[in-house]
Amino acid sequence: MKNMVEIRWHGRGGQGAKTAALLFADSAMSSGKFIQAFPEYGPERMGAPVQSFDRLSDEPITLHCGITSPDIVVILDPTLMATVDTTAGVKDDGVIIINTALSPAQIRKEMGIKGKKIFTIDASGISKSTLGREIPNTPMLGALIKVSKLLDIEKVLDDTKKKLEKKFRTKPELIEGNLKAIKRAYEEVKGE
Amino acid sequence: MRKLLAITGNEAIAYAMKQINPDVVAAYPITPATEIVQIFSQYAADGEVNTEFVAVESEHSAMSATIGASAAGSRAMTATSSQGLALMWEMLYIASALRLPIVMPEVNRSLSAPINIHADHSDTMGARDSGWIQIYCENAQEAYDSLIQAVRIAEECLLPIMVTIDGFIISHAMEGVETFEDKDVQNFIGKYKPAHPLLDINHPITIGAIDFNDYYFEHKRSQIEAMNKVEPVILKIAQEFNKTFGRSYGLFEEYMMQDAETAIVVIGSTAGTAKVAVNNLRKQGKKVGLLRLRVFRPFPAEKLSKALSNLKAVAVLDRSTGLNAYAGPVCTEVASSLYTNSEKKPKILNYIYGLGGRDIFVEDIENVYKDLEKVVKTGRTENLINYIGVRE
Repeated sequence: MKNMVEIRWHGRGGQGAKTAALLFADSAMSSGKFIQAFPEYGPERMGAPVQSFDRLSDEPITLHCGITSPDIVVILDPTLMATVDTTAGVKDDGVIIINTALSPAQIRKEMGIKGKKIFTIDASGISKSTLGREIPNTPMLGALIKVSKLLDIEKVLDDTKKKLEKKFRTKPELIEGNLKAIKRAYEEVKGE
Repeated sequence: MRKLLAITGNEAIAYAMKQINPDVVAAYPITPATEIVQIFSQYAADGEVNTEFVAVESEHSAMSATIGASAAGSRAMTATSSQGLALMWEMLYIASALRLPIVMPEVNRSLSAPINIHADHSDTMGARDSGWIQIYCENAQEAYDSLIQAVRIAEECLLPIMVTIDGFIISHAMEGVETFEDKDVQNFIGKYKPAHPLLDINHPITIGAIDFNDYYFEHKRSQIEAMNKVEPVILKIAQEFNKTFGRSYGLFEEYMMQDAETAIVVIGSTAGTAKVAVNNLRKQGKKVGLLRLRVFRPFPAEKLSKALSNLKAVAVLDRSTGLNAYAGPVCTEVASSLYTNSEKKPKILNYIYGLGGRDIFVEDIENVYKDLEKVVKTGRTENLINYIGVRE
């Protein structure tokens, strides 16, 4: 399929990997893309490794199989990299975005990753300072938008604001905090 | 105004149920259909529907209560999956033989044992001869559209109908679904006028009476006749749906079949993946096609045979197994109908795939077309039944 992008999210149960995949697809649909977003269902529980997926395309998507060779991998928790093969099947020119305070070069060396493009962002740090707790999924969205160049950041912020206003009617600080987190990650994500 | 929503298959079904606004829903949750019941019960609790929602203690009770509600004269629905459908077993036959137009979304999931929550078609294939109309959907959009049509089909034919989606693959995957306005859905399904409501005390009737060797056979014969009349109704309502909402559905969907020499017959979400395989092979100049069977009951034998008769070889993909049957249920029906309906008989291969949610990829399907090509070249089939993606 022309112009199709496949994304795999790695997280731990409770970190919001599924929500992030759904949010990203939802924003992409608002930007006129055809979308799919789905989690992997296993015996999931809080803290266990989980995956979720996105497909985006300029044409209708009829594929209904899993994603085995993603264009982009987003890793919400860097400790997963030691136990889960988070780079499995990633294309040679594929992109890996990692939530870490380390630089791309440091992570590459530490994890022994060959080829592929590595980007890093301290999403945990950003969420702690903007939301007061560690919820790395929304800042990772910001990083993904910057790196993938698939969506317009202003449009996504606008769209997310509307959605969060519905969800957090009684907690306006969470709306502002989440938007700030997305924006900061968008600006601060580093590549090699 | 129409709204494009990013929603899962389950959410699309629950939303359609909300717009249908049935009089009664009696249901019991089961993975992966739980969300349908959960979301709908929230609509009921919030007063967004006028439905009497009955929380029951089992699926047997869910179908029993739905039968009671339907017999009383209300528009009644339920939803289930897998073991839930299995537990409804004896009530399914009663619903159809009493000619009750119950509409039931069903999320396809394997049957125990071993315990498994993922997609295959064993559950509804087990209910294929229970007298229910069966429509299998490829994606969330089709599930939404089909459920709206199902209300009309059931009520015109006076037969129950199940509309299915593949568990998790569709039920839990988010896609863009175009939804209509409530009033347009209401206009399309129309006001329900029950044929013989029990609550019409001016015309008292008996439902479910005993019927020995004197009349049982005649009643069964008339039930068969009712099923025989379903096909044109489905097509008529699909046409009206297309005119109103602009999406076209049939008994089956033909994809690149016009000049195809080989083809795959498949049901459900795998058809979407197979379309990508067809596109890839067409780019290489291979004359391959795909027939996605949508209405499995009543089985559209005549039209299906006609669509397949000019092929050199056909592979029928079954997401359930007949265990010791001649072949998988879809293949057995396709082969039988070709034998009796068509002079020309393409070679047939059966592939059992995806049991318990085992994934099937584009490459797997391309390999099936390669097998078909070999059959055409050699004129021989080695095994009727083959397996995709199983460790032997």
